[in-house]
Amino acid sequence: MPDASIVYPLAGGAMIGLSATWLMLSVGRVAGVTGILSGLLTPKTGDINWRLGFVLGLLVAGTFAFGSQSASQLVSHPKPWSLLVLAGILVGFGARLGGGCTSGHGVCGNSRLSPRSIVATCTFMVAGAVTVFALRHLVGGPS
Amino acid sequence: MKRFLSGLLAGLTFGVGLTLSGMTSPAKVQGFLDFFGNWDFSLLLVMVAAIGVHLPLYRLVLRRRAPLFAPVFNVPKSRILDGRLLVGASLFGVGWGLGGFCPGPAIVNATANLGGVITFAAMLFGVGLYEIVFAPRKAVVDHSTVTQTA
Repeated sequence: MPDASIVYPLAGGAMIGLSATWLMLSVGRVAGVTGILSGLLTPKTGDINWRLGFVLGLLVAGTFAFGSQSASQLVSHPKPWSLLVLAGILVGFGARLGGGCTSGHGVCGNSRLSPRSIVATCTFMVAGAVTVFALRHLVGGPS
Repeated sequence: MKRFLSGLLAGLTFGVGLTLSGMTSPAKVQGFLDFFGNWDFSLLLVMVAAIGVHLPLYRLVLRRRAPLFAPVFNVPKSRILDGRLLVGASLFGVGWGLGGFCPGPAIVNATANLGGVITFAAMLFGVGLYEIVFAPRKAVVDHSTVTQTA
């Protein structure tokens, strides 16, 4: 039996790659979650239905996943809620300002070998690593 | 309807992929970003596999003249590296490290528990904040374009 900690990430990643391919093949759009979501906040006629479907699909996938397993086990947020709110705002605003997130830049843009996406991916990886370093090793010790 | 179902299929596959891969676990994401501690490399494989699948298939798809249910392929063409890209990606990275979630998992986790609801709402607020801050400028540009063509 191969190691689950290797098989699951590979299988999940392959599904994400297939999803992005299908979205490009069917409606000709990039599977960037932030971009898809922001298009729903500023809706344009004829450009809503596929976005709604995508977000609904994510929600349904989550509901099924957490219906079959203990939600608290899968998604535990042990931090103070003020930190979650700050993190959420930074993630949403930063991804929009930077033109994409882990899906739009990290998967789709890098697959196009876009220089913007390669730079963005390196930038948010480093910023994330520095933040976790500060959280774990400078501020509060191992969390 | 075809476009809605296409999006739904993509979202379902994407969401199951995220959950299966471990990306929806904030603790695991922070373990992946903890390069200087007990580094959990497994989430690197998610991106490797996703790009490994999408890079060749994307090129195959673009050999077509058009998508199945849309007139044209809508692909970003900008190659400009500007301050917005760097500042945005940096802010995003800080938030990603603080909370351990990026936008996809934040939506998938929205139904999981109260923490999921809060993170989703905050992320949506962040996206909306960008629209509020930058939308008026865009509207002026759109208006002048319309006036000129008219």
